[in-house]
Order: sequence, then structure tokens, then C-alpha cells
Amino acid sequence: MWETAALPKLKDSSMTHTIKTTTLHALHQQHGARLVAFAGYHLPIQYQHGIKHEHLHTRQHASLFDVSHMGQIQISGADVLAGLQHLVPSDLDTLPTDHSRYSVLTNAAGGVLDDLIITPRTDGVRLIVNAACKQQDVACLRQHFGTDAAISLLDDHDLLALQGPAAAGALRDIIPAVDALRFMQAGQYHVNGVELFITRSGYTGEDGFEISLPNSHTQPFVEQLLCAEAVRLAGLGARDSLRLEAGLCLYGQDLTPDITPVEAGLGWLIAKKYRADEGASPCFPGAELLLRQLAEGVEKVRVGLRVSGRIPVRAGATVTAADGAAVGRISSGGYGPTVAAPIAMAYVPPSCARPGTALYAEVRHQRLALTVVPLPFVEHRYHTH
Amino acid sequence: MSETKYTEEHEWLRVNAAGEVVIGITHYAQEQLGDVVFVELPAIGASIAVGSEVAVVESVKAASDIKAPLSGEVTAVNDKLHDAPELANADPEGEGWFFAMTAQDIAALDEYMDEAAYQQLINAS
Repeated sequence: MWETAALPKLKDSSMTHTIKTTTLHALHQQHGARLVAFAGYHLPIQYQHGIKHEHLHTRQHASLFDVSHMGQIQISGADVLAGLQHLVPSDLDTLPTDHSRYSVLTNAAGGVLDDLIITPRTDGVRLIVNAACKQQDVACLRQHFGTDAAISLLDDHDLLALQGPAAAGALRDIIPAVDALRFMQAGQYHVNGVELFITRSGYTGEDGFEISLPNSHTQPFVEQLLCAEAVRLAGLGARDSLRLEAGLCLYGQDLTPDITPVEAGLGWLIAKKYRADEGASPCFPGAELLLRQLAEGVEKVRVGLRVSGRIPVRAGATVTAADGAAVGRISSGGYGPTVAAPIAMAYVPPSCARPGTALYAEVRHQRLALTVVPLPFVEHRYHTH
Repeated sequence: MSETKYTEEHEWLRVNAAGEVVIGITHYAQEQLGDVVFVELPAIGASIAVGSEVAVVESVKAASDIKAPLSGEVTAVNDKLHDAPELANADPEGEGWFFAMTAQDIAALDEYMDEAAYQQLINAS
């Protein structure tokens, strides 16, 4: 998470100089961004109108997020998709070229090392991974593939997310061919002689696109996108509240090396071919434990929670049952501007996970009432057909 | 109407006609905090010590503690903030006041900054 010390100390002007900036740094500043240190980068947490406004604008129109801190990894070589199959539980055999799949890298205990988007392309496989994990992921991939593949972190490329119901219209005005993309499809496009790699995906629950392009062309492309009346810049704050309402996991909070994909409600990621009746032998780390969890159940599961009243419940708060016994922990929590109420996600035992279950959270010595609700909090509106 | 005083913690303090000190957060503070979604206020009658946590501002971003700028007793709280926490953003130094208190030592008020000194500190940060 970004630094949450909300009110800056006036006398504290310490600012480390090892923090990187993105290509759009000056543009962010021109647009009144409040920059914070996040995963080693100076990134906008919000612009002048604030998180709530940017959040609601995304759901009603479209927002452009600079997510260039994310890791873009290109794996090149023969049969690299088959090689990658050894690291993730998803079925990559059935993943066509230029189609994206959400997956996780697991450790030997079935815990999540990172979550990522995998897209096979004609020239290899493209991964989008978390900023804080990208060096570790590259090291892991290099060790796995050895000399069989070239693994490169595309530091010379930026990543933009254009999200919201007006995203397609705005992007179509520049690249008419993106109209043909459906949710989780990808394509390569040329604008003014520059190659753009675009996937119809995102992290808000809305229709939208993630656009990868060379650093040298980011600024003019962003300026062109911002000419569309519906498109405004939005920061990491809105990105977080949007993904929370969409019930999507944030790595480092809802997913960690101590949480398995089955516990996280991502059991659907595990390929059907590995289930007992299909019999393919699984080769990804932690397979045995994860398949056992699928068959026999887990001790904790991720749930959605509505909070009664107005006080937000934040990550780390203890969740208790009616008798006061601790049963779990909040993994993400905050205020949902579209829901117009505080919302949260937590890990609790399956016996406490049924929608309607009454639970409690301790916040500053007050007991707040929680109700388990189905996820997502706001319905996804992906462009699936 | 007394002169408004300011703390390094971005609170403003003003003595009202009854001689109580009215306290809230500054315009700069609300800008830094972003959209306020809840303000937790002290209980009327509570005895508070300077430097202790007396209120909490929950914004979309994070929770921030508000420390008591003086020692004394809470005499009033702004109930309007309960249903309209956004007042802390819209009018932080007026309708969005937090609470009022009697001060054990009203002279302690003089140790805080005047508006010019506070502005200078903000501009320098």
C-alpha cells in the first residue's frame, strides 16, 4: 500500500532519492497530482478532484491510470507457454494466442508468490505482474527457463489503463480496430508508426483496456486520449477503491505467500485437467496441497463484508464472532464510493462465510457490526460478447 | 472574536464568546486528507490531556488521529459531522468545526502559530 500517514509532518522534508519516476511524472504534476511513493515509484494517489470523484467518474465515464510501475515481462523462445505451465495452476494448453488469462505463481506450499496476466503472442508470452514482485518474478522465470527462453523486463515500455463505460468509445476514436476485442482478448496495433499492445482487461470491474507502449510515445498518446471529453486522469486511490468494490484481490493484502488461491476464492484458476477424474498430472508448485484443498476444503476463505454505520474498517483489523472470539482478519477495507458505505474483505473460517452471517470488527475499542455478503460489491460490466 | 491559532498538526483553535476553545482541522489538512467519510469525536464532558488522541478523521484514503492541542474538558461536539462528514472538506474552518473545550491553561494558546506563521510553514513544506 501507499504510505498512509495521512497528515504530513510540516518539519519532515525527508524524501529519499532512490524513488523512480514514470515517464508521465511532469504531466501528473501539471494535472495537480498528489504523488506518493508506491513500490519504489512516485505515483499519483489522486489528482485535484480527489479519490471519490475519480472513482465515480470511472464508473460513469472513463479514467486513465498510469500503471507503468507494473512489471511487463516478455518471454521469448520455443514452446515457452508449455514451459510456463510448470509454474501456474491455470490451463495454458487451452489459451489461444492473443487471449489473456489471470493466474498466480505459487510456492511449494501452494501460497501465492504473485498474481499476473498471461497473454500468449506470436512472438512469445507477455506477462503483466505486480511492481513489488517484478524483480523476483524475473529471477524465478530465468531460473525455471534457463537457456530455453529469453526473459526481459520491458522497462522501456509504459502501461496505461483506460477504464470505464466510455473507454471503448474514446480508444476507438484513435484505434478503430480495438472495437473487435472482447474481454481478455489482446491485439497489436499501430498508431503513428508506433506499436501498441492492447488487452481488453483491467482492475476496476468496468469495461476497459490496458495499453503497453514505448516510453518515447507515452506522453503524446496520453494527451490524445485526454482530448476525449469523457476521459480524465485517475490515481492509485481510486484504483484501490474500484478494485475493492469489484471484489478483486490486491497482492500483498488479499494474496500473500501464506494464502492459497483456493482460500482466496480463486480455485477456478486450477485447471480442470488436474482434477481426479481428468487425471492429467499436475506439475506446478504446491499442486498436491491445492488439489487436496479443492477436494477437502480449507480452513479460511475470503469473504466480502458490509460494515454497518459509517466507520471504515481497514486491513489488519481483527474479525470476531458474536461471542467475541477472534475468527479472522480484514485483508482489505475502506470506503466504497459507488456503494456509498464502508466495505471490506476478510479471511474467515468457512463456518462464518455464508452470506448473511453476522461478524464484528474491533476498531479503536469499538465493536462494529459486519455482515458477510457475496462478492463483488458492484457488478462487473466487462465486454464479454 | 479572538485571533485564530494554528498547530503543526494542522488544527485551528479559536476562543468563542463563552470563553471555550473551538477546534477543527485546517483547509490544508482537509486537502491533504482527501474526501472525509467519518469523523469520530470525543464525548461531551471528557477530560482530555494535551497531546492525547481526541478525534479521528477517516478519509477514503486512511484514518488520521487528531491530537488534543490543550488540556481541559470537552464542552460541545459538532453533531452535524455525523451525518455530513463532508463538511470537514467543504468548510473546515467554519461549519466543519470538530469540538469545543474549556482550557485548563488558556495562556497555552499563545504558544501556537498565528495565521501568517502557519501559512509560511505550509508554503515551506
